[in-house]
Amino acid sequence: MTAITTDAALRFQDLTLGYGTHPAVHHLNGTVRRGALTALVGPNGSGKSTLLKGIVGALKPLSGKISLSVANRRDIAYLPQQADVDRSFPITVRDLVSLGLWRRIGAFSSVGRDERATVEAALSSVGLAGFEGRTIDALSGGQLQRVLFARVLVQESPLILLDEPFAAVDRKTTLDLIGLLVRWHGEGRTIIAVMHDLDLVRENFPEAILIAREPVAWGSTREVLSAANMLKARAMSEAWDDRAAWCHRTNARDAS
Amino acid sequence: MLYDALVAPFADYAFMRRALVGSIALSFGAAPVGVFLLLRRMSLVGDAMAHGILPGAAIGFLLFGLEIVPMTIGGIIAGLAVAVAAGLVARTTVLREDASLAAFYLISLALGVLIVSARGSSVDLMHVLFGTVLALDDTALIILAATTTVSLIVLAAIIRMLIAECVDPSFLAVVSGSGGIAHLLFLVLVVLNLVAAFQALGTLLAVGLMMLPAASARFWVRSLDLLMAVAVAIAIMASISGLLVSFHFGLASGPAIILSAGIVYVVSLIFGPVSGLAWRILPPRHREA
Repeated sequence: MTAITTDAALRFQDLTLGYGTHPAVHHLNGTVRRGALTALVGPNGSGKSTLLKGIVGALKPLSGKISLSVANRRDIAYLPQQADVDRSFPITVRDLVSLGLWRRIGAFSSVGRDERATVEAALSSVGLAGFEGRTIDALSGGQLQRVLFARVLVQESPLILLDEPFAAVDRKTTLDLIGLLVRWHGEGRTIIAVMHDLDLVRENFPEAILIAREPVAWGSTREVLSAANMLKARAMSEAWDDRAAWCHRTNARDAS
Repeated sequence: MLYDALVAPFADYAFMRRALVGSIALSFGAAPVGVFLLLRRMSLVGDAMAHGILPGAAIGFLLFGLEIVPMTIGGIIAGLAVAVAAGLVARTTVLREDASLAAFYLISLALGVLIVSARGSSVDLMHVLFGTVLALDDTALIILAATTTVSLIVLAAIIRMLIAECVDPSFLAVVSGSGGIAHLLFLVLVVLNLVAAFQALGTLLAVGLMMLPAASARFWVRSLDLLMAVAVAIAIMASISGLLVSFHFGLASGPAIILSAGIVYVVSLIFGPVSGLAWRILPPRHREA
């Protein structure tokens, strides 16, 4: 990871991510503009979640590199798919959202009045004012997702990664949370969200990346989600082939 | 009358006072650790690690006889070795952590019993397996109190990391790399408390004051702070009543303490307000919203 100082928030250079020897994201090149609201789309198993894991550093690239504009990878706000939150743990909504303050208060500092106010404001932004004292086992799936959005909110990160944030969330909650995305976009934050509902993408995301292991298209949403591109993405195989030949593709940059 | 039943045994006999102090110290250290074991779904890990201590303590016994310091040091080394080994096997092979722990603890138990019986008598073996809460000397009490002190301080220091690691480990992994350290320190606390408990309750019952009060507390309160407080209170209650019962009826004291905790557990299981069994026979009530 190296820092970049242009108007790029994120740059992938010949990036290959995968598990074992099998690539899940294959030779991706491109730049996410600072302040862009980008949807990451593609069929199941196309490497969308893998790409986000690579960005936060949970997965090391097999080759190539990811450059970030944030000074520290730990400043990224990342909401994993069906966040692996242990919902039986006796923690209150307030405490769970307060975890988002980690970069500010760390493992030892106390949570003061300012921090408490931040948490309460975040909860009312997601429509859960008054839920502070409830334990998380009493929340519905949609409510928990709102709480996790509140946690992203208090992280105040310049780079926000959301993995299928609206899976299993009803229409109203989705629209509320989309409102939050739009607000973040207005504040100049960079947002990448893995999305399946293409109508939502067309309505709300100016830019899109379409991948199916190989990058298929990247640019304005209308062009990316063309019928031709979608067909191309669907045609790509998601199966691993243990006898597939070794990849010898060289970096386009080196070759030229 | 009441005085004779409840106070006199402790007032009249120093060994009862020592047993009381030792087991109360143990309650403060072990019960909160037990709550976290419970919440992390690691209850059986505690049991397995308690057995893992045995060969180390047995080697201490083999070299120095029934001396507390070498047996404690041996126990700590063996306990940590089992914890680390089980973690490594789980991470690098197909075996899950529970299976590898089961394997290690069976090996440890057999090895420990073998070593103790090679040198000692069956009385020694009984001491090692079931403890000697009525024969705690100064050194033993100091080890128990020191363990509790260290345990409470470390737990206070790592508690936020530990909670984050329990609730949402992948979040903690992004914002901070401290999840692994918190887990490791927590395992060290488990081992330290088990070794301390080993003096009083023996290798087979050491985990009793850790898990039974924690499991019982789950039926009474919901929040983490209260869980730890209630677990400590139950552990102390079980220690006092166990010692008294063993005194009055001439029963083995270690098992009496653990059985007292066991009775609290069964009562909690049936009558506890948080999902206790008895409430199931009442028709469920619900509110408007």
